[in-house]
Amino acid sequence: MNTAQYKTWDEFMEGVWRQNPVFVMVLGMCPTLAVTVSAINAISMGVATLFVLVCSCGLVSLMRKLTPKEVRIAVYIVIIATFVTAVDYAIQAISLALYDALGAFIQLIVVNCIILGRAEAHAAKNPPIPAMVNAAGMGVGFTIGLLALGVVREILGAGTLFGVSLFGAGFQPWVIMVLPPGGFFVLGAWLLLFAWWARRRAGLPAKEATQHV
Amino acid sequence: MSDQSSTGKKVIPIVTAAPEIAVPVSPTGAMIRTLGLVSAICGLIIVGAYQGTYDAVAANKRIATERAVFKVLPKAKSIEEFVAQAGGGIARVGAGDTAIPPGGVKFFAAYDEAGKLAGIAAEGVGKGYADNVRIMFGYQPDCQCVVGIGVVAMRETPGIGDKIITDKDFLANFTALDVKLKADLSALANEVKAVKHGTKTGAWQIDAIAGATITSRAVGKAINDSAQALLPRLVPKLDTLAKKS
Ligand SMILES: Cc1cc2nc3c(=O)[nH]c(=O)nc-3n(C[C@H](O)[C@H](O)[C@H](O)COP(=O)(O)O)c2cc1C
Repeated sequence: MNTAQYKTWDEFMEGVWRQNPVFVMVLGMCPTLAVTVSAINAISMGVATLFVLVCSCGLVSLMRKLTPKEVRIAVYIVIIATFVTAVDYAIQAISLALYDALGAFIQLIVVNCIILGRAEAHAAKNPPIPAMVNAAGMGVGFTIGLLALGVVREILGAGTLFGVSLFGAGFQPWVIMVLPPGGFFVLGAWLLLFAWWARRRAGLPAKEATQHV
Repeated sequence: MSDQSSTGKKVIPIVTAAPEIAVPVSPTGAMIRTLGLVSAICGLIIVGAYQGTYDAVAANKRIATERAVFKVLPKAKSIEEFVAQAGGGIARVGAGDTAIPPGGVKFFAAYDEAGKLAGIAAEGVGKGYADNVRIMFGYQPDCQCVVGIGVVAMRETPGIGDKIITDKDFLANFTALDVKLKADLSALANEVKAVKHGTKTGAWQIDAIAGATITSRAVGKAINDSAQALLPRLVPKLDTLAKKS
């Protein structure tokens, strides 16, 4: 890879991995906990957020030289709210069942701190292409995070994956997993796994992995 | 920096005048221009998205309603939407005409292939464990009974309240649930009600699911309230609906 390609890839992977919004930055927890009762909900929410992220960051970046800093938050929020509205209509057009399952959390993408955070910290300072690549990475990272929760919660809490029954009729689902407490359990387990893994890769003893500062 | 003094002496905060750094101030015109521009762009996108998806969304909603009606009235092949008005009249609701007059009760007349009335479907709402439980029920004029229910929307606990969709014994309540009117057609002869599991005695009672009595009661209340409001207006006018218009 030449340096330009490498930079783009790096920009993308930042959100997917090193700065993963769910597992590393622990941002956007409201949808992360609330909609991940099934894999399909998780993917839909992730893709909706990804779309809003990429479009908003693209437009914020295009407007960056025209945006006085005094009005920037208003500008970002209007832009984000616009794309959320578009996604809202699009999901209604695709499937009402999905729309009902995601409920108010589609509209709440407006206040997802990942998006405003990206607009402020990255898109406002970079040209459109890198801004959108970076946003796409964050969106993919967020989707992966949601999916990691959704898959585990659906398998344990309903005995299905993408709606397909895995264990047959004899399986007694672990209902707590699709209730709110289950979201916290599964998220906690993933965070633990990630922290342990990150420490191990950094060559630190596992014992210190619990000492978050 | 800390303003805590380890010696215990009172620390007097020193207020200094803000240094006169030349911060470039954005001109008012630039702010207005940007906000105006953003509003214009965003306005176009929103209106575009709304209009671009309007037909698909309307079609989805119609399909969802049809599916819900066909589920409770399996013989139905097409539906028409009506409103039972407060004065006792029945009015057709045109496609896309969603405004229901005050006091009106919305219902669907379902017709079979031959265009004959296959039953009436209506929605009802009852307060469940977590939130309102919205159901659709099918009504058969011949037996004056409810012949099927489906859930339109609910947020009941998975594994507890949501058994109302799947529990065979519970659904057996709705093969012929009695919703007869009094002789003067003013109200239901018997209040439809969910009773504790195993204590059902009348054909108008619903045998609740053990452990999910609250959700079962919500279903009973939804049917009762809706039937109470609709049937006294509907039954005297049933012959006007007998054939598809
Ligand atoms: C976490 C939790 C969730 C519950 N969810 C429901 C529910 O969705 N629907 C319901 O009817 N009862 C639910 N219940 C049980 C009700 O509180 C109540 O005990 C039950 O409906 C009574 O039924 P029974 O008289 O047949 O035992 C829930 C209880 C708990 C602790």
